[in-house]
Parts: sequence; structure tokens; C-alpha cells
Amino acid sequence: MTVNSEQSPQLQETKANFNPNLKGRYRFDRVFKTISWIATFAGIVVLTVLLIGILVSGLSSLSFDFIVNPPSRKPEIAGIWPPLIGTICLLVITALFAFPVGVGSGIFLEEFSEDNLFAKAVEINISNLAAVPSIIYGLLGLFVFARIFEPVTGGRSLLSGGLTLALLILPVIIVATREALRAVPDSLRLAGMALGATRWQTVRSHVLPQALPGIMTGTILALSRAIGETAPLIVVGAATFVPFAPELSIKGLQSSFTAMPIQIFSWVSRPQDGFHEIAAGAIIVLMLVLLVMNGSAIWLRNKFQSNR
Amino acid sequence: MQSQTSQSSPVVDTERVFHVQNTDYYYGSNLAVRGVNLEIPGNKITAFIGPSGCGKSTALRCFNRLNDLIPSAHIKGRITYRGVDIYDKQVDPIELRRRIGMVFQKPNPFPKSIYDNIAFGARINGYQGDMDELIERSLKASALWDEVKDKLQNSGLSISGGQQQRLCIARAIAIEPEVILMDEPCSALDPISTLKIEELMHELKENYTIIIVTHNMQQASRVSDKTAFFNAEATEKGGKVGYLVEYDDTQKIFSDPQQEQTRDYVSGRFG
Repeated sequence: MTVNSEQSPQLQETKANFNPNLKGRYRFDRVFKTISWIATFAGIVVLTVLLIGILVSGLSSLSFDFIVNPPSRKPEIAGIWPPLIGTICLLVITALFAFPVGVGSGIFLEEFSEDNLFAKAVEINISNLAAVPSIIYGLLGLFVFARIFEPVTGGRSLLSGGLTLALLILPVIIVATREALRAVPDSLRLAGMALGATRWQTVRSHVLPQALPGIMTGTILALSRAIGETAPLIVVGAATFVPFAPELSIKGLQSSFTAMPIQIFSWVSRPQDGFHEIAAGAIIVLMLVLLVMNGSAIWLRNKFQSNR
Repeated sequence: MQSQTSQSSPVVDTERVFHVQNTDYYYGSNLAVRGVNLEIPGNKITAFIGPSGCGKSTALRCFNRLNDLIPSAHIKGRITYRGVDIYDKQVDPIELRRRIGMVFQKPNPFPKSIYDNIAFGARINGYQGDMDELIERSLKASALWDEVKDKLQNSGLSISGGQQQRLCIARAIAIEPEVILMDEPCSALDPISTLKIEELMHELKENYTIIIVTHNMQQASRVSDKTAFFNAEATEKGGKVGYLVEYDDTQKIFSDPQQEQTRDYVSGRFG
């Protein structure tokens, strides 16, 4: 091999065994970058169009009165107070039931259950449940909560609706909990157990705090899904016209209710343009509620993470 | 042999802390290590050396029954700790693990403050004394006190790898075990941190019995009093099964081993 007298700034390929094809690889890089950029952009465009459309038609109807007024036959004075409070109450009930049950089952399945046939059957069933259409949950809720447990729930009530939504998001929370627990390195469990801790002590003190941000994210995403659900609530029997917000009492829990998606659905399906405008206004309010929820979730998650 | 095992009196056996008799270690139906016979002396450092996959760690993790956490793992044979069969139904593994501490290959402090890292073990085991005093004593015993005394509330993950490993040792000795198992405690550390841990081990053996698994033969020859050499051979089924080749004083193993395999291994001819 002769010494290359040309002083080229390029590295010379001295052996024939490799064909680096740098140009081709860089081109592929660029192509892939472009594709992923387009994918991201498509989502953003759709969201922006939706957002602008809603803001343009709904912003005019937003006012303090709109928030605190009950619905009315006249769109000019109609408000969303009862469905707004209904939605918030539903969310609280859903979270109160779904979070402990879902996280509890997740912990059991991931940390305590042995790897036997029963655990596998439960696992498959939970994954299946996550894919069941929400209207089926509505039918289940109607039968179990509104009929069988009528003395407790008061029939087609706020409580029945909340419990139905809790059932709906339970599989999602269980799966999220298990994923979060699985992401905690085993070395922490071994460290705890090697110090003579019981399994629960190890999980409680070391594994769960590590998994909590992940569990919270999953739960909030599930709750965000629940806030927008309409189908199961219609089946369980949310009313479309409720003049008063539910009372904050046991009786309030058993009273009939409505929620924002249902109110929006009901307004949109009316012929008058006035109702379409306030429907857009209600959508903005619903989105704000969602934004506040997700925002607080991120805040909570960061708070737990920085505590490490 | 039979006469020895029948007199399993609770009298403290200072000479022999662990006695492994004819023990086979299994994962499911797979034999991982076969026919181990071994006596671990008290207040000494015993090193387990051997090539990867020869079952050193498996053997180590059975001393505090940490292998119980792997559902398929079990042993056939008898391992006694001060005369008591540790796999007896009467023996509670949780209680056993308080007496037999462990330090792992990778430093694994809890993602909590340095203080809480040590306090956790003490709290769950119902420590009655002064916690601050225990923390100071444990950190001093693990030669870490001077480096962290001003930042006890900092995260255990904020200190260097070598310091983390000494924190793990402090955590282990805070619950006053009698034995410390070390599973390649220095393999993730730099030479200076390794040296510190080795010096620490020399101090610790006054009060504790130490069993260390190591890949580093120099380390074994530097720190240990006794050395067990494990090797592995292929089985007909295509797997590997480990076995104890030779167990003797460290000096003997490294200068005048009885087995050809040991000689080859310690002189670096394979492994």
C-alpha cells in the first residue's frame, strides 16, 4: 500500500471489508426525521384547528353568568353550573373508588401474587376489560348500581354514574400501576428484604414511592378519559336537563345528575344556533377543567420526583 | 457427621458459623451447584472465587435465604448457622436476614436521605436506642462518617459510587448482624474506592464474619483468610453445573493448591 500523497481532509478507507455508505445512512436519517416531524405536525394542526374553531364560536358565550347559571330553554340565559358540578362530583367519586382499588390490585398482582394460573387468568381478563366498549360498562352500571344496589345508590344517581366510570377506568389504573411497579429496579426490593424487611415493608417504603409518579400519571390519564365519557352515563341515566347542582350530601349523591359531555351533546343536537354557541362555550369550560387536572397531575408528579 | 448434627445446641459455635453439608442448589429442576461441603469460620473473611456461572452467588444468597425470593430456587442438603438448620420450618427468613446482612454488587442505596437509608433497617426491626447515635456509629464503622456528617439529609444517591457502597455497608451493620455477605462489592467501583472497602473489611472482621464473592483474585488474596474455589462443568443437557473444587486457607490456595484446576485458575491460565 503506497502512502497517499494527496492531503485530503477526508479519512481514507484503507480496508475493503467495510462499505460505510455514510451518504446513504445520513439520507435515511433525514427521511426518518422528516416523517416523524410530519406526524407530530399533523397532530398539532388538527388540534389547533379544533381549538380555534371552538374558541371562535364559543368565546362570545363565556361569561361568569354562563358558568354559574342553570340550563334554560333560552340559550341567552342558559348556564352550565349543574353539569359542571356534576362532572366534578363524578370525577371525585370515580377517583375515590378507582384509585385505591386499582392501585391495590396492581400491587397485589405485581408484588404479592405467585405466578400461577389464577394470576395469569386475572391478568388476561384485566387486559380484556380495558378494551371493552364503554357502553357495555354503562349497561353493567345500569344493572348493578342503578338496579341491584338501588337502595344504596338511589337508582340512576350521581353515585351510580361515578361507580360506573370507576369500573370503566379500573383496568387502565391496574395496568398503569403494574407497569410503574415493574419499572422499579429489583435491587431495591432485594436491598429491603436483605435488611429483614417484610414484603409489604419493602413495597411500602421503597418500591411504591418510586412507582408513585408513574401510577399518578396513569390515574390522571384514566380520569381524563372518564371526564369525557358520555355513552355509559347516558345508559346509566344521566338527565339532560337538571336545573340544580347536586347537594354535597348523601342525598346529593343519590340524586339525579348530569355531566358536561351530556349537556354539550344535548345542546348540539338542538336546532337553534344559540344552543350551538353555548355548546362551544361549554366545551371550552370542559377543556379548562381537563387542563387544570392534567396540570395538577404534572405538578404532583414533579413534586414526588423532586423528593427523591 | 451424624453425631455432630444431632447436637444442634444453641451454644455459640465461635469456630464454625456456617456449615454447609452435601448441599445441592437448584433452580426448578436444574441443578445449579452440586455437592457443596463447606465450613465458614467466625470472625474471618472467606472468599468465594471462580469463573462466571459457577454458582458462587447462588451459594452466597442461600446463607440469608435471599434466594427464597426466586420461586423456583431451592436446595437439597443442609446448611446450618451456628448449629441451626436455616432451611428448617421453624426458622423465619425475615429474622435470619437481620442476623445475616448483605451488600450487593451494584451499590443500591434507597432513594432516600443518607440518614433514612440507615434508619430504615433499624426502625423495621424495632430498634429501641437512640437513632442519631446509631447512625453515627454505623457510619463511623463503615469509614464514611467524616465524608457525610454534614449532609445526612442529602439523598443516598447524591454521593459517589464508592461512598454509596460504604453507605450500604453502614446500612447492613446498623442492624447488628453477625455475618455480612458481600456479592462482588467492588466490581462497580474504581481502584481507590475498592481499596477503601478492602481496608474497611479488615476492620470489620473483628466484629463480623464476612463472606465475599469476588471475580478479582488479587482481592481474594489480599483480604481473605479462607478461599473457596468453585468451577463449572458442562452437563449432558447442555447446561452448566457448578461445584466446589477446593477450599482451604487463602495462602495455601494461592501458593500451593492441591488441585490442578485451582492452580490453573489462580495463575490466570483460564477463567
